[in-house]
Parts: sequence; structure tokens; C-alpha cells
Amino acid sequence: MQWIESMVRDLDKDMMINPSERGGRRSTRRGISIKGWLNNYLLRHVQTFFYTLGQLSSRPFSTFMTTAVIGIALSLPAGLNLLLKNGQEVLQGWNSATQISLFLTQKINSKEAQGLASKLRKMPEIASVEYISKESALAEFSQHSGFGEALDALEHNPLPAVLLITPKNNQEQPGKIAALVERLGKRSEVDIAQLDMEWVERLFALMAIGERGVLILSGLLAIAVLLVVGNTIRLAIQNRRDEIVITKLIGATDSFIRRPFLYTGFWYGLLGGLIALLLLELSLTLLAEPVRDVAALYHSSFQLQGVDLQTLVILLGLGSFLGYFGSWIAVGRHLREIEPC
Amino acid sequence: MIRFTEVSKRYSNGHEALSRISLHLPVGDMAFLTGHSGAGKSTLMKLVALIERPTNGQVVINGQNLSKVKRGGIPHFRRNMGIIFQDHRLLFDRTVFDNVALPLIIAGHGRKEIGRLVRAALDKVGLLSKEKVYPITLSGGEQQRVGIARAVIHKPSLLLADEPTGNLDPDLSREIMHLFEEFNRVGVTVLIASHDLDLIRELEKPIIKLEQGYLAHHGAIDAVDRVNG
Ligand SMILES: Nc1ncnc2c1ncn2[C@@H]1O[C@H](COP(=O)(O)OP(=O)(O)OP(=O)(O)O)[C@@H](O)[C@H]1O
Ligand SMILES: [Mg+2]
Repeated sequence: MQWIESMVRDLDKDMMINPSERGGRRSTRRGISIKGWLNNYLLRHVQTFFYTLGQLSSRPFSTFMTTAVIGIALSLPAGLNLLLKNGQEVLQGWNSATQISLFLTQKINSKEAQGLASKLRKMPEIASVEYISKESALAEFSQHSGFGEALDALEHNPLPAVLLITPKNNQEQPGKIAALVERLGKRSEVDIAQLDMEWVERLFALMAIGERGVLILSGLLAIAVLLVVGNTIRLAIQNRRDEIVITKLIGATDSFIRRPFLYTGFWYGLLGGLIALLLLELSLTLLAEPVRDVAALYHSSFQLQGVDLQTLVILLGLGSFLGYFGSWIAVGRHLREIEPC
Repeated sequence: MIRFTEVSKRYSNGHEALSRISLHLPVGDMAFLTGHSGAGKSTLMKLVALIERPTNGQVVINGQNLSKVKRGGIPHFRRNMGIIFQDHRLLFDRTVFDNVALPLIIAGHGRKEIGRLVRAALDKVGLLSKEKVYPITLSGGEQQRVGIARAVIHKPSLLLADEPTGNLDPDLSREIMHLFEEFNRVGVTVLIASHDLDLIRELEKPIIKLEQGYLAHHGAIDAVDRVNG
């Protein structure tokens, strides 16, 4: 009865102000301060946050199905990206071992060649220059090729003098070495400038294609995640049709009804990101040993790089964003269709 | 509180459920809406709650012309009324407590206030001991009473009840009707659709009688008895 009495008191107060206006916008926020309202608002968000998580964990199997699909979709581009990064790491090592061979023209005598060598040594991009005279080139060639006698028959030594150039190690982009090779090749003393490991550059070019490919794949799989989340949320909305109708009849706003679905999408994305991380770590563990074996064959101490912080943040961040966004799209499309009748 | 002016409602299938209804229910009044099945009682309620829009005419609730209420304004408009549905419309995956608390949660009340009000309302309908159970385990009458507690928890200024005693035995029906009367006594405007002429007669409230979509009578029930013989 106390309740009825307090209600009478409230209503009387309203009647005294303006009987015909009673009701109207009187309503709910009366007596609640802005701070209290804000607290309640935050509280409701926090409640929805955990309520939706609780709902997901109450049906672990279907939650796992959805999040696993998202996880696989996220782990594919992330994994390929990691492999690419590792490949670039390997190539970087090889790239620093690149040598440039400068075949000098026949007009250049050995004094001029040595002068050129010492000039080149002073260039900042160049680490060292080794001079191989025509004579030692011929000696080496006849020793290794088996054409020694044939060469003896020749009147002139046909082989050019060679400068073997090692570029500085800190050359990060292969393009810089290519530019160096081109510059050296234009010198009048030089007949041909040749990069010994041009295939490294080709690999870099292939890597660039790979990077582009991973980017495209990432885009496609991001759309796939949106579709998966969107479809799951669409089904959830259909399952909760009655609930949505009832809460609308009681005066729930669209944002109130939307909120749990948005959080559910967020959780799907975040959990999918976590599963992707697990899958990546698992794959890297499986790959680590064969990679170590191969590296040992090349006398390299190369080790596979694991999931770095950047990848982790991107995976979880992008996952939860895609989940939220996919849900947002689905909710926007389907919530309006549900009206009480 | 409720004013209809020449209101007609034609459903999309062409059926005219209400024809040129004009009536006025002043603030603080209580009235019964009667008529045969299909006469248009639920349709009239739906127009008041903005669940349907009239095809013609004007509905004014609480000084507010409903044709001016846009889609986005409907939730706040509905928070001023309590609606009791013939089919209860409870959430079966929430406890009785959570069901009754829903209007307060939607309106953003604090947790303490919610607890106090929900218990008081459940006490009022005699279901305080059931606050933790799920509605599926309740009888039809108990479910109806949960719906009633939910409809009044936020102290609405207008209470709409569509055949609220359909599932209840005579004693319980009487009790519920007197509960509505109690709300009316503290200033709530109440409109109840009901067939239960005996109870209506007992409460001595005016009736609004519909016949095939037309307003047949608005006033004391005795007049109807005289007409019907
Ligand atoms: N959504 C709808 N679409 C088409 N026709 C409808 C719709 N709702 C109701 N009707 C029709 O409008 C008429 C009035 O229906 P209404 O539900 O208002 O009757 P009622 O007086 O509440 O009846 P009851 O006592 O059986 O609940 C009926 O003939 C019904 O078939
Ligand atoms: Mg009806």
C-alpha cells in the first residue's frame, strides 16, 4: 500500500502543476540528476557488454562455430603477411651480400683501372672495391674453364679487367643498388656493370606482387567476416522478434534494442581475432622446426618471426571493428522491418 | 486524455475496422470498451498506442495530436502509457522480476529504485514470491498479473487493457478490476476492453460500445440494457 500512496503523492503533485498536461513529457528523468543519468547510461552499457558475453557463453557451440569461421578468415591474410615479412627478412640478408661486377673497356690500362678503383672506394655507397687485372682474370679463367690451351693460341688477352664492388650493407631498398649499378655503368671506363644477384631483385618484385595479393585477399576476407557476422546477427534478430516487438511496445528506442546486437557483433569479432591469433601461433610453431633445418643448410641462424605486437593489435582491433560493423549493417537493415501489430 | 474525431481505420486488405468514431475520455476517467468479437476494440486500442495509424480523422492523446508524432517519437510517447495485452506478451527467457522491471530499465532508472518499485508492484498483484521464476512456469492468470505489474510499474498516466481478465476466474477477475479502479482513483486514466458485463455493471463505469466498427453507445451501461431489452 505504501507504493500506491507514494504514487498518489506523485500524481497529485503533477495534477497541481497542470492537470491537462499530466503525462506528456513528465516522465522518467524527473528527479534524476544529469550525473545520475550518465552513471545509469554507462552502467547500462557495461551491463549490456557483459550480458551479451554471458549470452554467447551460454551457447558455446554455436558461438564457437561463428567465431571459428571469423578466426580462419582473419588468420589467412595475417599469416600470409607474416610469411611475406619473414621472406623479406631473408632477402634483406642476401641483398647485403650482393656484389657488382664492373667490366672495364679494353682501352683502360692497369694504372687507370687502379686509379678508378681508389676513386670508387671513396664513394659513400661503396664498402670495398677489389681489382682483378686482365692477367689474373685470364689465369683464373684458363685454370677453371679448361680452355687454357685455346686461350694461349690467342694473340691478345680477350678478357677485360674487372672491379668487384661490394655496396654498403645499410642499403635497405634494392632500388638503391640498382641506381648505383646504373650510375657506374654510365662511366666511360666501364663497359658493362652487372649486378651479380639480379634474381634477388626479381624476388623482391615478386614479393611486391605477393603483398598486393595479400592486400586484395584481406579485403575479400574482411567482406566475408562482415557477411558472416551480418548473417548471424540477422538470425539472432529473427529469433528475438517477439522480444523486440514487446520492448518496442513498452517504449524502447531503436538504440536500446540495437545495443545488445552491436555488442554481440563486437564479441564475435574480438573472439574471432583471438582464434586467428591462436591459429597463427600454432602454424608458426609447426613451421619453426623445418625452417630451422633449412636455415642450418645455408649456415644461417635465421628464425621465423612470431606474431608481433602490431599484428596482434591489428588482428584484435580489426576483428572487433568488423564484428561491430557487420552487426551494425544487419541491425540497420532488419530492425526497422519489425514493428508491433 | 483520449479524443477521437471522425476516426476511421481501414486495414490494407480493405476491411474497415473503425468507421467515423468520435469520442472523448477525459483525464482521470475510467471506461470500458465493449462490443462483439471483431467490433474493433483492439483496433481502437492500437490507434491510441500508435501501433496502427488511422486512415482518416484525428486522434489526440494527452493534448498531443498523434499524426504529429514521428516514428522516432513513438518510444517516448508510449512510455506515458501502460498497456496490458490479451496474450500477455511476456519475455519468456527473463525472470518475472526482469519482465516487470523492463519499462524502468528502458527509461533508465537506477538499480535501487528498480528493485524497490518492482517488489512493490509484484506485491500488489500478489506475486512477490515468484520474482525469481520464469513466466513459463506460471499459470495463465499469474502471467496476466505479471503483465499488469509491468504495465503500471512506471506510473503511467494512461492505462490500456485489452481483455485483461480473459483468462482469470471470476474472483481473480473482480480483484484485478478493482485494482484498476484503485489506479483510477489515484488519477490514472483507464480504458479496458472487456466482455464481462456483470463485472462492468458492478463497477458502475461508463462504457463505449462498438458495433461493426461504429460507435453504438457511450455512457452508462443501463442505457444499453434498456436498448437491448
Ligand atoms: N491487421 C489486420 N489486418 C486486416 N484486418 C484486421 C487486422 N486486425 C484486425 N482486423 C479486422 O478488423 C476487425 C476488427 O478487429 P479487432 O481486432 O479490432 O476486433 P476486436 O473487437 O478486438 O475483437 P475481439 O473481441 O475478438 O478481440 C476484424 O474484422 C478483424 O478481422
Ligand atoms: Mg481484440
